Amino acid sequence: MNILSWLVIIPLLTVTGILFLNDTRKVKLVSAVGMSIQLIVSAVIVYMYLTARKAGNTDEMLFVSRHEWFRTLHIFYTVGVDGVSVAMIALTSVVVFAGIFASWEMEDLRKEFFISLILLATGVFGFFISIDLFTMFLFYEVAVIPMFLLIGIWGSGPKEYSAMKLTLMLMGGSALLMVGLIGIYFNSAPDGGPLTFNILEISKITIPIAAQRIFFPLTFVGFGVLGALFPFHTWSPDGHASAPTAVSMLHAGVLMKLGGYGAFRVAMFLMPEAASEMAWIFIILTTISVVYGAFGAIAQKDLKYINAYSSVSHCGLVLFAVLMMNQHAMGGAILQMISHGLMTALFFALIGMIYGRTHTRMINEMGGLMKVIPFLSVIYVMAGLASLGLPGFSGFVAEMSIFFGAFQHPDLFHRVATIVAVTSIVITAVYILRVVAILLLGPIKDHHFDNLGDAKWYERMSVVTLLAGIIYIGMAPLGLATMIKESLIPIVDKLL
Amino acid sequence: MSLENFAIMRHELLLTAAFLIILVGEIFTAEEKKGKLRGFAIILFAIVTAAGFLPGAEGSLFGDMFRSSRTTLLMKNVLNIGTLIVLIQSFTWLGKPENIDRVSEYFMLLISTLIGMNFMISSGHFVMFYLGLELATIPLAALAAFERYKNNSAEAGIKLILSSSLSSGILLFGLSMIYGTTGSLYFDNIAASATAMPLTVLGFIFFFAGMAFKMSLVPFHLWTADVYEGAPVNITSYLSVISKGAAAFIFVIILFTVFPVIIQTWERMIWIIAVLTMTVGNLFAIRQKNMKRFLAFSSIAQAGFFLLGFIGGNELGMTTVIYYALIYIFSNLAAFGVVAAISNQTGRESMDEYNGLYRTNPGLSLVMMLAMFSLAGIPPVAGFFGKFFLFMAAAEKGFYVLVTIAVLNTIIALYYYLLVVKAMFINKNEDPIGRFKSDNMTKLGLAICIAGIVITGFASGIFEMIRNISFGI
Repeated sequence: MNILSWLVIIPLLTVTGILFLNDTRKVKLVSAVGMSIQLIVSAVIVYMYLTARKAGNTDEMLFVSRHEWFRTLHIFYTVGVDGVSVAMIALTSVVVFAGIFASWEMEDLRKEFFISLILLATGVFGFFISIDLFTMFLFYEVAVIPMFLLIGIWGSGPKEYSAMKLTLMLMGGSALLMVGLIGIYFNSAPDGGPLTFNILEISKITIPIAAQRIFFPLTFVGFGVLGALFPFHTWSPDGHASAPTAVSMLHAGVLMKLGGYGAFRVAMFLMPEAASEMAWIFIILTTISVVYGAFGAIAQKDLKYINAYSSVSHCGLVLFAVLMMNQHAMGGAILQMISHGLMTALFFALIGMIYGRTHTRMINEMGGLMKVIPFLSVIYVMAGLASLGLPGFSGFVAEMSIFFGAFQHPDLFHRVATIVAVTSIVITAVYILRVVAILLLGPIKDHHFDNLGDAKWYERMSVVTLLAGIIYIGMAPLGLATMIKESLIPIVDKLL
Repeated sequence: MSLENFAIMRHELLLTAAFLIILVGEIFTAEEKKGKLRGFAIILFAIVTAAGFLPGAEGSLFGDMFRSSRTTLLMKNVLNIGTLIVLIQSFTWLGKPENIDRVSEYFMLLISTLIGMNFMISSGHFVMFYLGLELATIPLAALAAFERYKNNSAEAGIKLILSSSLSSGILLFGLSMIYGTTGSLYFDNIAASATAMPLTVLGFIFFFAGMAFKMSLVPFHLWTADVYEGAPVNITSYLSVISKGAAAFIFVIILFTVFPVIIQTWERMIWIIAVLTMTVGNLFAIRQKNMKRFLAFSSIAQAGFFLLGFIGGNELGMTTVIYYALIYIFSNLAAFGVVAAISNQTGRESMDEYNGLYRTNPGLSLVMMLAMFSLAGIPPVAGFFGKFFLFMAAAEKGFYVLVTIAVLNTIIALYYYLLVVKAMFINKNEDPIGRFKSDNMTKLGLAICIAGIVITGFASGIFEMIRNISFGI
């Protein structure tokens, strides 16, 4: 059994295990054990991957395995990974692991909650390991639909509205994506021969440019809806704010990266000619995402909304970088996906923990929390500094690569876009530092908060895991960056 | 007539035999024991369904008026499976005191319509087709009016018989014009000699109108909501799934084999009607609160999706129509099964009363959720595969605009299917439907549907088998 398929089998086994449990206390244990095993398997895969590359294996994708599924439609269950996928798998397993511990106190319908959460994770893992478009799309939709129940049942605020809006908009994106994928399939053999859904095989041929001009926008927008492309990002603020903590962590941290990864792996990789022609439209849209998201965050008073808009801005930056189509920028995009994934998961976890204590998310109702819950506050400050790109944290590495790569384009349009996007750093600093000041520093605002308990063991597990990742990438990015760069070389060659 | 000739008509003969056995059984059953007939009839039908899967003979009878090929055998088997599930689901409702003394009438009428559908699918001549069509329709009107003490039911029966008669008349008129221009009613002769003359096209349009009525396509759908709402739940499920499925099957056969010469005409017609049907069905379904009306409009929209398999005139199209019909049977019957179980137990049929159902009846809620996801086309259940392949069939011939409109319609449909899921799982209710245990037959029916929904997508062998068989047309 291919090791990659275990990434899908282990969560399914965990779900089956939870299904047959009657004691709800055991549910947490089974979930934690399952996702810990998943984390270990991911680490093993990373190690195996690095070893294989060091041994001189230069295939595009490693650990490939194909199983025929619908023979007459050329649909296979094909899995394989390269440096980028391996990085994303590592990110997902860390965030899911942290998310399980952040949900330790979930009481209502606990079994169903963990089942939905782990099914969502299954979809995400399956997406990252698939290299057959049909299977990829199947996992993509599997990852979206549990969100409806997760937000609708366990959320807060206008949860039904947010859940419905999120589900319909994301499925709308995937509807357009479906048309794009079917279009790619029927154009995958322009010189005769069998049609195929396999990404590697399609990347070797050139899809006719007329078809590319139709299907590139469909595919890019289809993935972009999930990746917070302006103006399709409107599901994000309400969706993240209404979702329970672990769901926001998973969604902003991992699910939105599906959009960025898909835009890069499918839209740009398979249709590079149309991408070059049409990139300027999407660069404008993504630049707007970056800046608009940041400005939007400044205006918010609710912690979760601030973080949601911040995610729009950072995920917009991922798409911006992908559209720059050179190695530095694309490497930066992948680093940004990982960095932001960890950061936003950390933020949402912290917000959940603060809310669990103070029962409010409005920043002007809280103040001076540093004196009351020092551990959580310090972690929050560190997360904030990482978000605004302080060197030493992963955010700096990612954004540095992106802007450096973007500025390499000599023409006016790209350079202006880059400068506009760079201003988002300053705007990010404004809302991050403002929140830190109001929330954590200064005198204690409400003396009901005088005796809040600091982080418990499972909460510490959750946040320290994420912060460790952020600092590691920030301090020693070379290993990760090299792994990603090697896998980007064939892709960038194709794009130029 | 030799024995091997009989083997060609195996399905119809077995069904007729079942009909006669039930008739005789009814005569010899005492008043109090009528209930036993239900189980007996279901077992009998299960045997007929299983026998249908034995390797069949192909050929033609009655001077090519009756044809049997692997494709028609497959289609009849699919209908049999669906009818078996409907019969299993009817078990409880038939046990009610007002229905118990008419059990055998129910089975006999239902089997008659199925015999009619079988003849219709196997026809090689338009008169045989018309006979099958009438045999399939008239007993259904009697069945729709089965609950004779309810006004709704009687109204449903009248609406069904009157509108079917009108559409059959129009269809017959169209057939007469086609006879006038081609000089024959045999499918092969018409295919060979038809041209795109205006009179032929007009005849075809009238024929199309008759078939569109049967499939509830817009603008011939107006009877659907009222009849589905008024008829007993099990007849509604039979109408929405088997009747529609049979109409789709014979329609696709006739379009592809008899009228390929005017493909330009019917491609355009189907394009417009598909868009209208999907859109109207979806938009009207959004506002429905009565579950039966809701499912009625949802099935109108689904009929629109079927048309995407027709439009290409390609072999992938026929495959996906049969495949989607099978998946649609399982999904819709699961949904109707839950509605029937709740309606039989508590008489409640409104979506608002389904609020909070998960807390009291988690099993039924999960079945309904899977059925809704399958109808909406969400993975990993079978509806996703069915819809994806249907869209591929239309895209193969370049109808990308139609596919885009169809996918956008799936999103509109997703909204109202999610409303049901929302009601059951998310909404709160102070007075939810109380917890009840369904009897074994209901559970069996729902279990078969769920097995179908979950397995049919992933088990690629089913799709491959259908694809191989569809080569034959």
